[in-house]
Amino acid sequence: MIEINNISFSYSRTSRNILENVSFDIQKNRCIAILGNNGAGKSTLLKCIDRICPAQKGVVFVDGENVYKMTNNVIAQNIAYVPQNNKSLNMTVFDAILLGRKPYIKWDSTSEDKQIVCDIMQKMELDDFALRNVSELSGGEAQKVMLARALAQEPKLLLLDEPTSNLDPRNQHEVLQIVKKIAQEHNTCVAIIIHDLNLAIRYCDRFIFLKDSRVFSYGGLETMTPENIEEVYRIHIHIIEYMGIPVIVPFPDEK
Amino acid sequence: MADDHITQLQLYNAFVRRKRLVLVVAIIATLVIALFAVSAGSLNIPVPEVIKTIFGKGDAQAKMVIMGIRLPRVIAAVIVGAALAVSGAVMQCALQNPLASASTLGVSQGAAFGAALGIIVFGGGVVNSDSAATAVSINNPYIVTICAFLCGSLSTFVVIVLSQFKKDLGPGGIILAGVALSSLFTGGSTLLQYFADETKISSVVFWTFGNLGSAGWTELLILAVVFFISLAYFMLNRWNYNAMESGADTAKSLGVNTRAVMLISMGICSLTAAVAVSFVGIISFIGLVAPHIMRRFVGNDYRYLIPCSAVAGALLLILADTFGRLIIAPVILPIGAITSFLGAPLFLFLLFRGFKTND
Repeated sequence: MIEINNISFSYSRTSRNILENVSFDIQKNRCIAILGNNGAGKSTLLKCIDRICPAQKGVVFVDGENVYKMTNNVIAQNIAYVPQNNKSLNMTVFDAILLGRKPYIKWDSTSEDKQIVCDIMQKMELDDFALRNVSELSGGEAQKVMLARALAQEPKLLLLDEPTSNLDPRNQHEVLQIVKKIAQEHNTCVAIIIHDLNLAIRYCDRFIFLKDSRVFSYGGLETMTPENIEEVYRIHIHIIEYMGIPVIVPFPDEK
Repeated sequence: MADDHITQLQLYNAFVRRKRLVLVVAIIATLVIALFAVSAGSLNIPVPEVIKTIFGKGDAQAKMVIMGIRLPRVIAAVIVGAALAVSGAVMQCALQNPLASASTLGVSQGAAFGAALGIIVFGGGVVNSDSAATAVSINNPYIVTICAFLCGSLSTFVVIVLSQFKKDLGPGGIILAGVALSSLFTGGSTLLQYFADETKISSVVFWTFGNLGSAGWTELLILAVVFFISLAYFMLNRWNYNAMESGADTAKSLGVNTRAVMLISMGICSLTAAVAVSFVGIISFIGLVAPHIMRRFVGNDYRYLIPCSAVAGALLLILADTFGRLIIAPVILPIGAITSFLGAPLFLFLLFRGFKTND
């Protein structure tokens, strides 16, 4: 289980807090959607959890262990992070995924590391691209490679910053299906920043709304109310049901 | 399913073996060219005779020419070329800039200023007028070398101190700070030369030409120790450099202390380059071109790019020096001019073919 306790963060002493006493937890096998307007502090929150940007206040626990007291390598064995804008890599798909084994590598990669890479490539249907350069792949394929690299870390917590941005609808669903499957099969906790609320409803179990640097609302599907969404995004919406699935329909011009 | 795994693994292992083969071929080519470089000159010594002499069985004349002049020169080319190339490769990664090399942080300009200071202010230079080739010599090379080293390292030291005060100074900021310091050192060198007499100006200009023949066995030992220590550090960090190719945030999430790795790597690169430049003068383009050539063969995989760049740098510098020695023998053309002259078209070729980097 992951516990985030009272995280506060600002980029400098003089600037305002980007995050203010943010607390929540994530149970095993669960996918949590982190929602909120641009600038709400969603990406910063993920970076604070992974200690990429160490929080000035608060702690993060992974299975009871304080992340802020772990070494860099131990954090990387526990938490994997896929940033929003991935660089176009000039290396093969195999090498890019093998990088995920870096926290475990002493001098050089072992045959076990390479076997793990093969297993992940097969699971994510990347076998055919093994020796292709990542920079030559489509956006969807490259995103799958980044996800595969994060999985090679065998993390307890997977942090994904807008994994579906720049992807076509088919690839959006494919990536999120993989994420959901990973959470269930590997006992992994997943936190995803996502802007498409319908995708969030479809693939996530819990939802956290960030507003004005704080947690505005946190819970299951019951928290996805028109009032909460309108308050956070300042846009009118209607929730309709189609084949048993709630669908959010925005009406920006509605008063 | 298991067969698929074996196939993927086998394919990858074969791919890795190709990278190793590139390294082995480059090493063999360097050894062959080095032997040729030792054998060729105004006194041609056959390669078997060269090998015999190196193992202590040659005649006195061959021994004097090879052990006293040519072998130290070729070894200097190997170590200096390798040191500059490895420093360039690591700087390009640490600064995430394909144009990074020893001169990006002002190491070369700092060393040139230091040499000018040593020659003009501390009286390290004097002019002889025997021939065109030996028109100028530096009569107190240690003062010049020490000044060149100190000023070459100074710019890096200043950049690292600045980055400690301004923690958010990223690779772009470090490059700009290096450009500013380079300009400062260039201005300083110009001012020193403006107030110096013709003799000293000639000595300064001669030093900046670069001269692989100025390093004796003691200097070579110092160069070799510094080079192998830095190479060991770079090889220990090769996985960190690979992770940094994915961007700073990804590298951090993979357990890399990106700031520490960047600053320490920059410091070691600059010191290595400063030591090399202070002994043999300014040698351009090797640090820039050698890593880019090897990227075409081994990609951005620093497990192989670091050793391959070292070998390519050594090979390029031996070729350039041999070309400079033989093209209008007995006059020896300055190595700095040759590397720039041959390096620039090669660099343009790479530019038009497209850099093999992430940018």
